[in-house]
Amino acid sequence: MTMFGTSRAAFGAAALIAALGVSQPVWADTVKIGFLSTLSGPASALGMDVRDGFNLALKHNEGRLGGLDAKVIVVDDQQSPDAAKQTTDRLIKREKVDFMTGIVFSNVMLAVAPPIFASKTYYISPNAGPSQLAGKQCNPYFFSASYQNDNMHEAVGQVVQDRGFKKVALLAPNYPGGRDAIDGFKRYYKGDVAAEILTPLQQLDYGTELSQIRASGADALFFFLPGGLGINFIKQFTSAGLGDKIALFGPGFSADEDVLSAVGDAAVGMFNADLWAHDLPNDANRRFVADFQKEYGRMPSSYAARGYDTAQLISAAIEQVNGNLKDKEALGKALKQADFTSVRGPFSFNTNHFPIQNYYLRQVVKDEQGHVTNKLIGTVMEKHGDAYAQECGMGG
Amino acid sequence: MATPMRKSAGWAAEQALDMDSILILEQLLNGLQFGLMLFLLAAGLTLVFGIMDMVNLAHGSLYMIGAYLIATIAAASGSFWLGLGAGIAATCVIGMLLEKTILQRFYHRDHLAQVMGTFAILLMANEAVRMIWGTQPMQLNAPAALAGPVTLLPGLSYSAYRLFIILVGLGVAGLMYLLITRTRIGMQVRAGASNREMALAMGTNVRWLFTALFVFGAGLCALAGGMLGPILAVQVGMGESILIPAFVVIVIGGIGSVRGALLGALLIGLVDTAGRTLIPLLFAGIMAPDLAANAGPAVASILIYVLMAAVLFFKPNGLFPARG
Repeated sequence: MTMFGTSRAAFGAAALIAALGVSQPVWADTVKIGFLSTLSGPASALGMDVRDGFNLALKHNEGRLGGLDAKVIVVDDQQSPDAAKQTTDRLIKREKVDFMTGIVFSNVMLAVAPPIFASKTYYISPNAGPSQLAGKQCNPYFFSASYQNDNMHEAVGQVVQDRGFKKVALLAPNYPGGRDAIDGFKRYYKGDVAAEILTPLQQLDYGTELSQIRASGADALFFFLPGGLGINFIKQFTSAGLGDKIALFGPGFSADEDVLSAVGDAAVGMFNADLWAHDLPNDANRRFVADFQKEYGRMPSSYAARGYDTAQLISAAIEQVNGNLKDKEALGKALKQADFTSVRGPFSFNTNHFPIQNYYLRQVVKDEQGHVTNKLIGTVMEKHGDAYAQECGMGG
Repeated sequence: MATPMRKSAGWAAEQALDMDSILILEQLLNGLQFGLMLFLLAAGLTLVFGIMDMVNLAHGSLYMIGAYLIATIAAASGSFWLGLGAGIAATCVIGMLLEKTILQRFYHRDHLAQVMGTFAILLMANEAVRMIWGTQPMQLNAPAALAGPVTLLPGLSYSAYRLFIILVGLGVAGLMYLLITRTRIGMQVRAGASNREMALAMGTNVRWLFTALFVFGAGLCALAGGMLGPILAVQVGMGESILIPAFVVIVIGGIGSVRGALLGALLIGLVDTAGRTLIPLLFAGIMAPDLAANAGPAVASILIYVLMAAVLFFKPNGLFPARG
């Protein structure tokens, strides 16, 4: 609620400045970031994590990005493509932001991509990675500091395949993201599918589906149920007594900190794949995780890690062009180099400006203090790109 | 999905049959559980509609408010049971206030005015909940003792909490049966449902009866909210999504009839569960997998409305019309 208020207030102030006709001063030493994210509604925890991760990177850089003072305008997209489009217009035309970032949902991303690209503003994605932008509609002004939507599901498919499961049940909501998840999984899992179940996106009671899964005789279950859906499902899965019969697999989203804090013990044992883990042994990550906990009093999620990396990527690129944001081409080249230390380990850009990176296997455990959290098990895929890069015509 | 299992080698046939009967048993329990919860909502709705001739769209709001109160008290006290008891009591009080202050004035208006008025209450309740509890759903966890599975038969383990819901639903149904057939209030309720004017003429204290009925309905709503909270999510808008099937139930069962509400609710519960299991399987057998994946759930979700249409075609007043 307060979040909502703040963004509204920021808006109001911005509108007021514009209305009074106060011309925008040209701060040569300032970089303006339009941060548009989902900060209200059931998925608001995700947007807040991205924002807090981004802000932590700013704090680590003393409020600067690549030597320029950073001015971040945070706005709520209400998870609505329409609201996001209007806000984007204001950010681009009135605020004249240099970069945009923050979007969590792919449908929102696809709605605002055309105006952002048309205005030649660089968009750095901390989350949404729809296949369209990775393939035919790839764009020089789009860089993903996250993943392509299929990636995590592909990694889970690989894990399930490697572990020798032969009969796997699949469960996802019946919407484009859900169907992509199942396609991504099947790209790397070659065994039998015991059952493939698609549920309405609004459904919260999985009693019927759990019975079907039990009856299918599956030895493992892959499920992708975002946010609250996953919270309900994991609880019901355990309470139905399937926990010790069927191994549970999912993408990192299904077992990130927001889900674990709600589900608790019921998720213990679940395997999930992600591009990041809080116990990845590298210095940048150790610092990020420790400071995030100190600053916000909670464990960072993968969303927060990507928010942090997004700011670091922008910072590195600005530094490389010596703060000259006018030369768009040079800025693009600098971004492409991705000359920053990612908390997720090795990171570079593919020809379509999506990452080539590692995917890790994590398992939900109870740590020594009794917190339910993820533990890094190992690397599933090394320097993995995506299936759509060859459809993108950008080359080089 | 199940088809490859049936095709599997002969020696596995017996085992496969076993799996199928377990599936059927489990789905029956699921249907029973869903149906009984619908009954809790439909019972109050059908009495209010049948006896007071009042269309109350705000019925689902009481379910939502009950769930929020139970979740809040349970979180604050750490006890699910305390939350359940206090939440139901508080919702009864809210129901009484609502009836005494606003709804009473709608009894003599026509249905359109009632729909408009109670719809306004529904919207206001949603916004009030949003203002008090925020936009994020609340968590309500099942009591620890019921969080795990119980083994009913060898090979069939079922969620203890869902089983508990079934028992509560059956208990409430039994209690209502006794109340309606064996008590003076029950007699008045039956009289009011079958002929309101005559019941009035015979000296039934309608004011008091209406309030009591409404409070009872509110209590059942809160009970349903508390029972379903741990399975669904306690969130704004939860009332609307269950109100529609509840209306379908009372239309099928016959408006004003508690017996009809029980039967209608069980019917809807079973048909909905069976449809969600069987129709995707059926479609997978006759069309391309990706098409079946889309069409199956879509058709399954309209099945209860098809059932309603069929019942109304043969029995326009529902299965057990309260008015002869």
